[in-house]
Amino acid sequence: MAITFEVNGEQRTADVPEDTPLLWVLRDELRLTGTKFGCGIAQCGACTVHLNGQPRRSCITPVGSIEGQQVTTIEGLKGPEADAVRAAWAQFDAPQCGYCQSGQIMTATALLERTPNPTDEDINQALAGNICRCATYVRIRKAVKAAGETLGG
Amino acid sequence: MAPYDTPVASRRAFLAGAGGLVIAVTLPFKTRAQSGAAAVLGGEATAATYAPNAFVRIGADNLVTVLIKHIEFGQGPFTGLATLVAEELDADWSQIRAEHSPSDASIYGNAAFGGMQGTGGSTAMAASYMVMRQAGAAARAMLVSAAATAWGVPASEVTVSKGVISHAASGRSGKFGEFAEAAAGLTPPAEPKLKTPDKFVYIGKTVPKLDTVAKSTGEAVFTLDVYREGMLTAVVAHPRKFGASIASFDDAAARAVPGVVDVKKISDGVAVYGRNSYAALKGRKALKVTWSDSAAETRSSDAIAQERIDKAKQRGALAGESGAIDDALASAATTLEAEYVFPYLAHAPMEPLDAVIERSADGGVEVWMGSQIQSGDHPTIAGVCGIEPAKVKLNTMLAGGSFGRRAQPTSQFAKEAAEVFMAAGGQTSVKLMWTREDDIQGGFYRPLTVHRLRGGVNEAGEIVAWEQVIAGQSFLAGSPFEGMVQNGVDATMVEGAAAIPYHVPNFHCSAHIINNPVTTLWWRSVGHTHTGYAVETFIDELLEKAGKDPVEGRLALMTDPKHARLAGALRKAAAMAGGMNAPQARARGVAAVESFGSFVAQVAEVSMENGLPRVHKVWCAIDCGVAVNPEVIKAQMEGGIGYGLGAILFNELTLDDGGSVTQSNFHDYRSLRIGEMPEVEVEIIVSNEAPTGVGEPGVPPIGPAVANAVRRLTGKTPQRLPMIKELQA
Repeated sequence: MAITFEVNGEQRTADVPEDTPLLWVLRDELRLTGTKFGCGIAQCGACTVHLNGQPRRSCITPVGSIEGQQVTTIEGLKGPEADAVRAAWAQFDAPQCGYCQSGQIMTATALLERTPNPTDEDINQALAGNICRCATYVRIRKAVKAAGETLGG
Repeated sequence: MAPYDTPVASRRAFLAGAGGLVIAVTLPFKTRAQSGAAAVLGGEATAATYAPNAFVRIGADNLVTVLIKHIEFGQGPFTGLATLVAEELDADWSQIRAEHSPSDASIYGNAAFGGMQGTGGSTAMAASYMVMRQAGAAARAMLVSAAATAWGVPASEVTVSKGVISHAASGRSGKFGEFAEAAAGLTPPAEPKLKTPDKFVYIGKTVPKLDTVAKSTGEAVFTLDVYREGMLTAVVAHPRKFGASIASFDDAAARAVPGVVDVKKISDGVAVYGRNSYAALKGRKALKVTWSDSAAETRSSDAIAQERIDKAKQRGALAGESGAIDDALASAATTLEAEYVFPYLAHAPMEPLDAVIERSADGGVEVWMGSQIQSGDHPTIAGVCGIEPAKVKLNTMLAGGSFGRRAQPTSQFAKEAAEVFMAAGGQTSVKLMWTREDDIQGGFYRPLTVHRLRGGVNEAGEIVAWEQVIAGQSFLAGSPFEGMVQNGVDATMVEGAAAIPYHVPNFHCSAHIINNPVTTLWWRSVGHTHTGYAVETFIDELLEKAGKDPVEGRLALMTDPKHARLAGALRKAAAMAGGMNAPQARARGVAAVESFGSFVAQVAEVSMENGLPRVHKVWCAIDCGVAVNPEVIKAQMEGGIGYGLGAILFNELTLDDGGSVTQSNFHDYRSLRIGEMPEVEVEIIVSNEAPTGVGEPGVPPIGPAVANAVRRLTGKTPQRLPMIKELQA
């Protein structure tokens, strides 16, 4: 069936079964491939997008449940927090293989949007659901703190 | 290392690329036939977008593209190898790009792999250091020559700095692109002159990594992100038991799933093809397969471990021996025994295995995959497709991690991808996608390995006896790497144990190979994942029994000059930590391991929380020769520590009583999470030695460093891994 929702500020329609996870609609139908498949059971965070501004695991979100709602993917992520995060990611060269990084950045940006000056504990809690098998956590933590400082938090 | 370590520049080629004419500096190996540039390019300028036999491409747009012969999945070869070219070329870093080289071992072979094209063993930098510098130096010499001719000045007066070619006396200057066409017509110097290290501007300094931005915007393209016209997505139902085969299957329900277009049997499973990923996944769920277990491993992993424990009670095939071990053990004043059980481990890279195959217009196939051993995958795909290897175009893709998983000596995944493509008719483009469950349950694990150690200390407090027996399985038999198994000893099982850095006068190391249907593979740092743990915890306990300090005691035993660099790393790590004393309720442990030609020592500060070690801080010193990219090296140490720590704390792959894999996804195969990552401080020892690898050497010391701290806190070294199993039992 046709399901319409907003992706990165544009109305998009997907003609798919409504139980199709948002992840596969973004990737297979809309070709927004920055959102990654890592586990399929909301354990790794590689598929994190923002749904109405909040981080959401797209791999367990049936597309039928988000009719008319607003989705932001890594491709459409904008704003001062996103800019600060990306600048800090570059400053610390946070990615290694890079596969989890879209999810890390989506989660980190959402954290800074509500907590501009996060403590280590805030960072650990917010990013606990984002696995990085390369374990770039030292740099991710530094980058999120640096981004917070840039934002004047 | 010969013959692959002595390249000479001997070819050039014109290429009409998108950016105009380019120089294709090529460095074929001395013993090889002439490169195939002329044949590939033919008599006419083609619209080729890359130089198939080149390392460096310089366009009229001033961009310098470096072709990287090693796969980039996080360890930094894009940046590292491009740094070498930029250095000798005197390019500006902002004009440097990197991309994977084609699959062609005659040009891109790895000296450390006997000339096969592949990545592993932390060899990328070591095997490329001279080749890539020579490529950059040759291109520079040709640009200088072209500029000198154009300006009518002696080449000796022309200088290059940050991408600008200058002649001071005449005040002339220009960029690379202006001279690319003229330079391309010149003969490359036979032996391009390399810089002396005091002239380095990039090597040893920090440059921004070339892939960071694309990996922060979602633009980086991995295999899973490849979509082709009319492409089907396939998932394969695999047996849950190793060695099982298909007895029968019923695909009626699978075919009834909307979007499922086909179901086919392949050699190791049943492939379900969907118009999209979700259809394929739903179709597989609806598929009914009956497996035959007649040839399957049906024992539990506990039973497999017990078999190896029993075997390790007897000595095996000799890996190393000196002195008179029996007498020394019998006459020792104090003896110590230990038995370690290391579980099967999955690599669990973030991107599960995947590949895309498409029929080319010329009847060949084009493949996109994170190929780690192109020289195996390429002919394997050709064989399954029934075509000549020359008809296969294999595009090496960025991959979401590997840790060894993508380096399959038997090219099993490439074979599956090609079978899936051919089973669907061999015309439609197909993406084979593994899920996390396929990954965790799909085998190719770090082998379950048992170590049994006995040591002796004499009355003077000297360690006089060391006996180590290892029982595990070999994944090299029947592969192109079979030569690493000699006289019943698999080098990858005993590395780090066959010889230890500590002088013990009476020494014995031997090993048993006990194979079974569970498929195994190298796992980041290979044998050192278990030998490093066994050796470094056992020496720590022996030193304690001998009344020695863990750092000074180790140093006193590193008497052979060949261990001087490991001793240097150990001294450095201990100095960074300010000694081995920890605050109350915490303890420090140390470990030092040489692996893949690099020397790493780590001190870990640990406390116990809810029965598990909490690692607060790790001090890490590494000596890897010339530090080409210091930040990449530090990042690899940090990541290696996190990867090793997660495994040693949490991970094991178990088989239940019928032989089925127990774990299936990240909920029961736990990964280290950010809150569990210690603070890490890394120092790189200044060295002029040839550079060695960093992808793996950060892993081996962390487990034993933590275990040695745990022993100080609890009185016991965890010997049945992972630690969570023993400590929370």
